[in-house]
Amino acid sequence: MKITVRVWRQANPSDEGKMVGYDLDDVSEHMSFLEMLDVLNERLTLEGEEPIAFDSDCREGICGMCGLVINGLAHGPERTTTCQLHMRSFKDGDVIDIEPWRSSSFPVVKDLVVDRGAFDRIIQAGGYISAPTGSAPEANNLPVPKENADHAFEAATCIGCGACVAACPNGSAMLFTAAKITHLGLLPQGQPERASRVLGMVEQHDHEGFGNCTNIGECTAACPKGIPLDTISRLNRDLLGALAKGKA
Amino acid sequence: MTKRVGARRSTVALKALMAVSGLIMVGYLLLHMYGNLKVFSGQVAFDEYSHHLRTIGEPLLPESGLLWIIRVVLLAAIIAHVYSAVVLTVRDRKATRTGSGPRYKSKQNKRGFQRSYASFTLRWGGVIIFLFIIFHLLNLTTNDIAPGGASASPYERVLNTFGEWYMVLVYTIALLAVGFHLRHGVWAAGMTLGANTSVKARRNLNVLAYALSGIITIGFLIPPYAILFGWVG
Ligand code: HEM
Ligand code: SF4
Ligand code: FES
Repeated sequence: MKITVRVWRQANPSDEGKMVGYDLDDVSEHMSFLEMLDVLNERLTLEGEEPIAFDSDCREGICGMCGLVINGLAHGPERTTTCQLHMRSFKDGDVIDIEPWRSSSFPVVKDLVVDRGAFDRIIQAGGYISAPTGSAPEANNLPVPKENADHAFEAATCIGCGACVAACPNGSAMLFTAAKITHLGLLPQGQPERASRVLGMVEQHDHEGFGNCTNIGECTAACPKGIPLDTISRLNRDLLGALAKGKA
Repeated sequence: MTKRVGARRSTVALKALMAVSGLIMVGYLLLHMYGNLKVFSGQVAFDEYSHHLRTIGEPLLPESGLLWIIRVVLLAAIIAHVYSAVVLTVRDRKATRTGSGPRYKSKQNKRGFQRSYASFTLRWGGVIIFLFIIFHLLNLTTNDIAPGGASASPYERVLNTFGEWYMVLVYTIALLAVGFHLRHGVWAAGMTLGANTSVKARRNLNVLAYALSGIITIGFLIPPYAILFGWVG
């Protein structure tokens, strides 16, 4: 099929950047979205142009490295990662707009590549448990209710891609932060640091300049892992609880 | 990066302030709506009710004591609500402002995956409601704006006001704005205060939000339309 892509080109962080159009004549519907860009990049390289910079690693939807805003939607029209999106989701003759994640906390490095270091710093502010080393304790000594285990596992599937921030009209990173709070807060190993975790992570979230959640739900709709919105309600509950207990 | 502040002054804490102040106002609206429906009991009952509001608690409270307590609480709630809304909105704009022009250049899918009309209009709707409250106080409390004629009787003020179709239109627009605001606002308050932790809780919160916004919008609009159509008095 024939398509036109309009891609955000920005040479470096201080460049102003603009949308640039490219026509592709021979796109197979079986190609993944990133393969389509690979083909375009080969052509650009042969023509002596600068290839389009974009991130990817596993290309199987598990690492969280890839991420493009396609036609205004984070990861494009299907609920999956950009690397798992295929050209069969588009039609012959389509004009496809491709842009980077947009958030003042995710500065553009080049073209479609953004710096998501802010997520790492949110994790460093509390997204862990402090487990003593030594021989592993007997697993059956720590019963976990099935429901909690399921919810914790669901939240743990967050791959840190940042689509929630890109999709949120407020540029909030609450879904990402809340996925960690829920994942660790529902398990026994997460209890000792439950209050300090939520206080530290929310503080860092705000310090990074992310926006405030207005409970719109675009994050959940865009999330390739379907992290549910109720994780954010859990985060709110944990934070207000920690404040009420005077832990701040 | 923004200045580092403690969790007490975080976006989540500010949002909780917005939720609590909003719920206080919802509580007031329900009482107020109930009071308005007394126009159907006639002039004596309505004016007595208005008078009664000013004498409740006497002699323990001074005249209009309870009314003033309610006014102070409401004023505090409005200030807290508007303050948190403005601070958070400014922050959200900053978080999404990158380069020049709109955040995303694509003109496709401007409404994203699922954003609702009610959630879209929350901020401007809030501004409309705020302006309406000022107008409304000048109209029915101080009676500086008195279409259809001023009066010392609250009952007559209400009847004179809603005898004019354009006043009914103004109140209709304002109450639709209130309805949309509460459709998203009540649900959001539940989320913010940590009540949405299961699929069932989410359904209940949504039902509550629809019910409260529907009851308040319709309940407030019954008297104006009844008066316009001449069914009262
Ligand atoms: C059809 C709709 C409404 C009618 C007929 C109505 C009627 C009235 C009347 C008669 C008063 C004066 C009470 C008195 O002096 O005894 C009043 C006061 C007030 N109303 Fe409304 N109202 C309506 C809708 C609303 C709405 C939607 C809001 C809020 C968004 C609102 C907020 C207030 C406030 C804050 C006061 C002032 C209370 C005070 O300090 O005296 N009203 N209303
Ligand atoms: S919550 Fe979903 S959208 Fe956000 S970072 Fe995790 S996987 Fe990506
Ligand atoms: S490249 Fe790993 S999730 Fe897409």
